Amino acid sequence: MKKVFSRPDALKDVTMHYCPGCTHGIAHRLIAQAIDELGIRGKSVGIASVGCSVFSYKYIDVDFQQAAHGRAPAVATGIKRTNPDTVVFTYQGDGDLASIGTAELIHAAARSENISIFFINNAIYGMTGGQMAPTTLPGQVTTTSPRGRDIPSYGNPIKVSEMLATIEGAAYIERVSLHTPAAVAKARKAVVKSLRYQMEGKGFSLIEMLSTCPTNWGVSPLKAMEWLKENMLPAYPLGVFKDREKVNANE
Amino acid sequence: MSQPILMKGNEAIAEAAIRAGCRFFAGYPITPQNEIPEYMSRRLPEVGGAFVQAESEVAAINMLYGAAGAGARCMTSSSSPGISLKQEGISYMAGSELPGLIVNIVRGGPGLGTIQPAQSDYFQATKGGGHGDYRLVVYGPDTLQEAVDMVFEAFRVSDAYRNPVMILGDGVLGQMMEPVRFPPEDADVHKVEKPWATTGAGDGDTRLICSIHLEAEELNAHNMHLHEKYQAIKENETLYEEVEMEDAQLCLVAYGTTSRICRAVIEQCRSEGMKVGMIRPITLWPFPDKPISEAAKKVDAFLAVEMSLGQMVEDVRLAVNGRVPVGFFGRTGGLIPTPDEIVAALKRLVEEEGVTS
Ligand SMILES: Cc1ncc(C[n+]2csc(CCOP(=O)(O)OP(=O)(O)O)c2C)c(N)n1
Ligand code: SF4
Repeated sequence: MKKVFSRPDALKDVTMHYCPGCTHGIAHRLIAQAIDELGIRGKSVGIASVGCSVFSYKYIDVDFQQAAHGRAPAVATGIKRTNPDTVVFTYQGDGDLASIGTAELIHAAARSENISIFFINNAIYGMTGGQMAPTTLPGQVTTTSPRGRDIPSYGNPIKVSEMLATIEGAAYIERVSLHTPAAVAKARKAVVKSLRYQMEGKGFSLIEMLSTCPTNWGVSPLKAMEWLKENMLPAYPLGVFKDREKVNANE
Repeated sequence: MSQPILMKGNEAIAEAAIRAGCRFFAGYPITPQNEIPEYMSRRLPEVGGAFVQAESEVAAINMLYGAAGAGARCMTSSSSPGISLKQEGISYMAGSELPGLIVNIVRGGPGLGTIQPAQSDYFQATKGGGHGDYRLVVYGPDTLQEAVDMVFEAFRVSDAYRNPVMILGDGVLGQMMEPVRFPPEDADVHKVEKPWATTGAGDGDTRLICSIHLEAEELNAHNMHLHEKYQAIKENETLYEEVEMEDAQLCLVAYGTTSRICRAVIEQCRSEGMKVGMIRPITLWPFPDKPISEAAKKVDAFLAVEMSLGQMVEDVRLAVNGRVPVGFFGRTGGLIPTPDEIVAALKRLVEEEGVTS
């Protein structure tokens, strides 16, 4: 019988602590698969951030550093500048990356640090119990926007990929989603491409992954996939926002 | 040792760091320490190191965290307001047991304060400016030569104990010029085995740098481990100098710039027949409480002198433990105590406390 699915070598054989229907696990698997595919397990260094994925080092089997809330791109800078031959990636949620860590993110991109950022956008603060995130959608109810995110008083959501695409130093920016097998297949390619770009010295890349948080959205795992499709996709269109290679090819 | 070279304090510290094997620097501009990042931006690329002008002090200390975790001898520098911003990162480094040197060329606070020199960050440096049960090893050199020597010492201690260390200077030390000698170039000076560093695991076991311990028992065990380390540092790495203490009846306690003024005070007092000596802490943490406690058996009173409204004096009082009077004299805002003011303070102390001298 042909084996159609197996655990990537770079994914540890342990039970993940994520809630049922949470797509953090899928994102982990994609990264582990990409590490296997590129044969870089022994030279990769991950940076775990503060959020539900703080324990990502327990699952992805490479050297890891755990960073303070929002500071993963700065930590990645220190690691990469020290050992340029390592493949360095951060794994960050939307509170971590798009709120407390915006300065570190933008400046790592501006310096075109040769690192990969895997950004999980689930439109909410997961770990702390469902507060409003910078990516929370207009009208979305959270524990700190109980009447729904009201734009005049809470402001608009931040569109990270669109914003970063305006930065000269960003080599590759793509937004993908994890809500269907087809979307996941695309996401997988983006993750590989980001790491490959880094190995080729192309500079900063970020893959934004639209992700679910059934627990704090207050819906079932199945409904969460639908909720993502109906609400997040229109607000956060998928696609490549920047690709330095393409730009150069067009010149 | 090299021939003496006339250098500015900030540049001497930066050059010492390079010679001690520092190969990563991240920092953000702030007066009066700008010569350090400027010097590093010139020198580090020459020796194959990396210089990053960070977007903030917060980013700089977290870059240091990454570089330290990746095995580099690394350093950041700033002045008071910037050091406040680094506190979370320092706590993380201590919690994750990462070595690294933080230089604080102190200026007057609180708030934006002034760019003039001060010693008002003693509490922050020695009592844990960040959160949690941790200690920072803090050096308070008094001359540029000692600052240079302490850079080597600080890196050694930092690596040996896997703990961040700080050099606490002030605007005077950073800006003045003095001749300094450097130890001979030694390519291996920084080659410390760091099997825990995240350099890519190769075929071996993966490494993890982190400070999270969610279980109470686990975090307690980790804190006890750190505590034992701090006890060992106290035991082995405390540095201080005694000046004319053999027959002293009054003991000045001062560090850094202030201790230089106190040397003049000792001379002046002795010419008037007052038997004054000084204990000069070189490490501010660990604080030299044993020699101060010993001196409390012999002297009639202590006078702590600082460019603050009284911070280190609390450690002097703890060491003296009520056995003899401990007075204080301080100036703030960038004002530097004059010898005459200190002599007057000593005389007041003698009078008020009714001690002989
Ligand atoms: C300095 C600091 N502030 C706040 C927190 C508390 N905190 C922990 S996780 C988190 C939010 C994480 O949300 P997100 O980045 O969206 O990740 P998710 O949990 O949704 O995966 C916050 C605010 C912290 N640990 N440190
Ligand atoms: S709280 Fe949300 S983001 Fe966190 S593990 Fe559960 S579902 Fe995932």
